[in-house]
Amino acid sequence: MAKSIDVSDLNIYYGDFMAVEGVNMTIKAKSVTAFIGPSGCGKSTFLRSLNRMHEVIPGARVEGKVMVDGQSLYGANVDPVAVRRQIGMVFQRPNPFPTMSIYENVLAGNRLNAKKMKKNVADEIVERSLKGANLWNEVKDRLGRPGLGLSGGQQQRLCIARAIAVEPEVLLMDEPCSALDPISTSAVEDLIHELKSEYTIVIVTHNMQQAARVSDETGFFNLKAAGQPGHLVEFNSTQKMFANPDNPDTEAYISGRFG
Amino acid sequence: MSLDTAPDLAPAPTIPLTHARLPRWAPALVAVVTIAAAGLLPLLLGWGFVAWVLVSVVLFIAGLTIWSAVVETRRSAIDRMVTSLVWTAFGIALVPLVSLLWTVISKGAPHVNGTFLTFSAFRTSLDQPIGIYHAIIGTLVITICAAVISVPTGIFAAIYLVEYGKGNKLARGITFLVDVMTGIPSIVAGLFAFSMFTAFFGAGYRAGIGGAVALSLLMIPIVVRSTEEMLRLVPNDLREAAYALGTPKWRTITKVVLRTSLGGIITGVTLATARIIGETAPLLLIAGLTTRTNTNPFDGFMTTVPVFIYSQFAKGTKADFDLAWGAALVLVVIVLLLNIAARVIGKIFAPKTGR
Repeated sequence: MAKSIDVSDLNIYYGDFMAVEGVNMTIKAKSVTAFIGPSGCGKSTFLRSLNRMHEVIPGARVEGKVMVDGQSLYGANVDPVAVRRQIGMVFQRPNPFPTMSIYENVLAGNRLNAKKMKKNVADEIVERSLKGANLWNEVKDRLGRPGLGLSGGQQQRLCIARAIAVEPEVLLMDEPCSALDPISTSAVEDLIHELKSEYTIVIVTHNMQQAARVSDETGFFNLKAAGQPGHLVEFNSTQKMFANPDNPDTEAYISGRFG
Repeated sequence: MSLDTAPDLAPAPTIPLTHARLPRWAPALVAVVTIAAAGLLPLLLGWGFVAWVLVSVVLFIAGLTIWSAVVETRRSAIDRMVTSLVWTAFGIALVPLVSLLWTVISKGAPHVNGTFLTFSAFRTSLDQPIGIYHAIIGTLVITICAAVISVPTGIFAAIYLVEYGKGNKLARGITFLVDVMTGIPSIVAGLFAFSMFTAFFGAGYRAGIGGAVALSLLMIPIVVRSTEEMLRLVPNDLREAAYALGTPKWRTITKVVLRTSLGGIITGVTLATARIIGETAPLLLIAGLTTRTNTNPFDGFMTTVPVFIYSQFAKGTKADFDLAWGAALVLVVIVLLLNIAARVIGKIFAPKTGR
């Protein structure tokens, strides 16, 4: 059920300001693609344009094409809600719903869309999603407790469980580990490895070691200068990016000579 | 400066971390001395109690500050002076509140009993007992009608302003008008309702619903403002989390945004109700004055507790005053109960961390 994404000539704007310019890339199905680059270069903006979360911000718009398995995301009659049901997202800061229990948080995607389901089906989804997010053993005895009572790392894995409970085809992750300690980070990274077999995963990270550890392909974004739009400098297999990148800027960034 | 030259190694003088402090009982001692000293005034000059308190406070602040300035540091002296001033301000703020509660309870409590609460003011001969049952019913009916009009209007307006308007021209216009509405005098709201019902139903139309319309004019802006504040407090992360799960906007608003801010919204609505329940002027105009119990807001005069109190004072005998004080106590208790209910409901619906 995983799908590939083709992006061609994508420009992203906030009002009149062009934030990202001319991105072309192909994200392969059932693989992990990482985006790296300095702050403000448009990685997160680009990621959000892949499931039309970008346009939630007033004045934000997109030019160009994003094709998911042959369907354009920005076609005239495309319903952004339908897009987001297929392309899930995990955010930088864990954001479980504060009024819901752990159990309800996992089911939120179904419940918020008023999907009727039997108790045993719901239980099964919760168990499968929490197991998928490596959280089941820690919370199985307290599913009725509020989601906010968990630690930061557990909350983030709860958010991942919530995202995979609706069985999306693609999972976007916007710096999912930047608020987590190394142990929780390692748990999330293990999870990404496991999820790869079923989902297409796109992850934005500031941590180059993390990109090297988890991803199959890597895109490097950069700014030409302050105030200029960000652009995709290089997109290659992770192995090549970190061993022998084509672009000297990429090598400078990865080896820590700038950024 | 080069790093080759050896620095001057003269030992630096130790900066003391302690200084002289007044004993813990110093403020108490100053208070006792100043109250006693100021007590000479009523004794020798025949000044009153208020002057005694005022002079005591002034002497206390001056005395403690000077003593502290002599013994302690300058900063401690200022600290003690400002602390005393803050406590004084707090005391002054409490004076009207306590005095009002005391007056209402002491004058009203003896007259509140079963008869008072269950009989209307309607009687055919002077020896029949009367009470404020009709006014309590009137207050409840009119307030509930006003809330039924205002709460949905106010909450939906706030949802538009926060979730859909997002600072466009219409939203800014509505915000401005709501601010203006917060300031309109209640008698103007009463006149508006009066002229509106006169225009629709002919001259002389008086009914509880007119009062409810007038009160809702006062209540809507309060509900809009408080709901708006609560909706703005909901983090955008939660909205984005719901969108990312493929939830349509209206479901995000009803199931996530409203659900998260429900406690605050209910508190705001309850406080708005408490604010309008004591209105007199508009109801005098449009709801009329009667001694009989009327439960139908669409037909006939209807008296509320504040209007009843006002009319009793206009009559002017001792028995009328007693009824008015009793009714005042009942009104204060109703407002108090609403406030307590607001707090309890706010607690129940507040998001829980579960730690």
